[in-house]
Amino acid sequence: MFEAGFFYLFATMAVVGGMGVVLARHTMHSVMFLIFCFFNSAGLFFLLDAEFLGIILILIYVGAVMVLFMFVIMMLEVNQAKLREGFLQYLPMGGMIALILLIEFIGAASSGIFHTDAIAAVGHFGKDVNNTVEIGKILYTQYLLGFEIAAIILLVALVGAIVLTLRTRQDAKYQNISKQVNVRKEDRLRKVRM
Amino acid sequence: MQLIKHAFKTWMLWELVKGLALTMRYFFKPKITVEYPEERTPLSPRFRGLHALRRYDSGEERCIACKLCEVVCPALAIVIESEEREDGSRRTTRYDIDMTKCIYCGLCQEACPVDAIVETQHFEYASETREALYYTKDMLLDVGDRYESQIAANIEADAKYH
Amino acid sequence: MEWTDMALTGLIWALEILAIAVPIALSVAYITYAERRVIGLMQVRKGCNRVGPLGLLQPLADGLKLFLKETIIPAKSNKILFVAAPVMALVPALVAFAVVPFGETTLFGLWDTAHVMAIAHLNVGILYILAISSLAIYGVLMAGWSSNSKYALIASVRATCQMISYEISMGFALVCVLMLAGSMDLSVIVNAQKGGFWHWYIIPLFPMFLVYFISGCAETNRTPFDLVEGEAELVAGHIVEYSGMWFATFSLAEYGAMILISLLTSILFMGGWDAPIPALDFIPGTVWLLMKTSFFIFVFIWFRATFPRFRYDQMMRLGWKVFLPWTLAWIAVLGLFTYAGELNSSLTILSDMIGYYQPWRS
Repeated sequence: MFEAGFFYLFATMAVVGGMGVVLARHTMHSVMFLIFCFFNSAGLFFLLDAEFLGIILILIYVGAVMVLFMFVIMMLEVNQAKLREGFLQYLPMGGMIALILLIEFIGAASSGIFHTDAIAAVGHFGKDVNNTVEIGKILYTQYLLGFEIAAIILLVALVGAIVLTLRTRQDAKYQNISKQVNVRKEDRLRKVRM
Repeated sequence: MQLIKHAFKTWMLWELVKGLALTMRYFFKPKITVEYPEERTPLSPRFRGLHALRRYDSGEERCIACKLCEVVCPALAIVIESEEREDGSRRTTRYDIDMTKCIYCGLCQEACPVDAIVETQHFEYASETREALYYTKDMLLDVGDRYESQIAANIEADAKYH
Repeated sequence: MEWTDMALTGLIWALEILAIAVPIALSVAYITYAERRVIGLMQVRKGCNRVGPLGLLQPLADGLKLFLKETIIPAKSNKILFVAAPVMALVPALVAFAVVPFGETTLFGLWDTAHVMAIAHLNVGILYILAISSLAIYGVLMAGWSSNSKYALIASVRATCQMISYEISMGFALVCVLMLAGSMDLSVIVNAQKGGFWHWYIIPLFPMFLVYFISGCAETNRTPFDLVEGEAELVAGHIVEYSGMWFATFSLAEYGAMILISLLTSILFMGGWDAPIPALDFIPGTVWLLMKTSFFIFVFIWFRATFPRFRYDQMMRLGWKVFLPWTLAWIAVLGLFTYAGELNSSLTILSDMIGYYQPWRS
């Protein structure tokens, strides 16, 4: 009962947060709602005894990804009026996508895959089962290939992003910090006899 | 060799350690704080504090209303009005110093031909109102009367450098 | 569960939380005092010694002053976020203490086994602390953005870059500890270092210790890295528009984070509540832990008295070009060593990998 109560709390709050992301007028508020939503999803993970996943969700998404989102939003000058201008223009297209998604969701929900009987009953492991260890074991054995491929893809994306954005401007003056740090007294000072 | 030594020092954070050692040495050094109301630093005879108008030993006020101090004052803090006294000598009827304007440069003291206006070593006359800092002739004379011995001693101590 | 049981559990939790939150608030107050005194002594001054004996009532006077000050909310600020920002800064700083173990106790022999003195004994303790301390940035971010002030905005931009850069190397330094201890449970990590100072992780992981502590300085925006509030160019950074109690909340958060970093450094690298020599075991473990923590807090203050502020690009270079490769290399080396150690005893890891790794089956 206790658990069910918390489940409904987290689930409702997550949905409220999701609605907030879409409905909030201000971009900053949207981001705050998204963070709220992530927290509640993490709460759902905790209810499933998946504390590792929950904390990783907070650490990666709230602690890093959303900070960067916010960083970008702070730097942008968002013109609210201009954003709302094309609402009617995009309505047919957006509405169609929403409709298709809705049909898909209904189809998926009624297909029986997500029925309670089809999903293994949620049980609690004993205290001796450390799911961090379990995740590690399965990730580095059974799913090793997929895991490594994902890692390589991310690395390539990282390098690619750096290559695309890094440009050394000729007209800018850069300081070579290692050189500055390595300067010794003898290089700069000259004793003059007066 | 130089390079190795340098790299070693960098990785051992040698310069940071040196800095930390320095502050730690100072941590144990005797402190130079003077805890003001109880302890005081010595004041120079030339210290420029609150103003005072002096008198001669006879009780006659020194100021002859020449207004040199009023002219020289860079902050325009001094206002003087003068009239002829019954005995025919020229004396001030008004001698105000606005202490909120005064910058304590000591030029009035320099300018005074009769050593009437001087600055004392007294500097603790803060007040809660502005009005209390507008010093009138009576107040300045009163200050002079109170600190006369000190003023005279300071002038004497400083005289040989003039 | 009976409702009386639940009420009792709730009461015990509340007491536990109070037992940690109140001393933290008090110690924050006295760290500000210690900071002023220590910096004063290092600058050949005496520091505050007027209010009460030795100036010991100074923090109370400061607190009272800040409490009575008017809270000014700028007219063009985003009011909700402006008010929420100090709270968002303070909450992570306090919540992180939930998993910090302060020692092991049998409650004067009442219990048969030693229990860990922590509000929540989490088996992913380190991850929890990393996650929570990465949230502290939101307070700074929100404060900077919602103040609608240039200085505050620049401060929060700087804070974001700084936090993200140093979170990574800090995390990697922690990974080294995890690899040696084989657990993310803070009490297990402490127990893995049992038996004298030669077992402490500071010895095999000395560079990581330095990286962790320096990153800790950067995380808490303490002096060599306090570009966020750098008075010279940003006035007070993100707190430039704050006054009164909200301002105090920010400094409470800052000092709370400082205590946390010091506690964690002593738990992760200095053997937590273990005495440096087994002969000194008669002193309670919590006392040892607090002594180590106080030492690190002193080091924080010592740093502040010693080092000038980094330039922004220097700080970025240190994070990305020095700490990151350095920690990564250490993880690789440490991994090889632990793997080699395992290899000697048995070939478990390798055989496990070969045994499990059958992608064609799934």
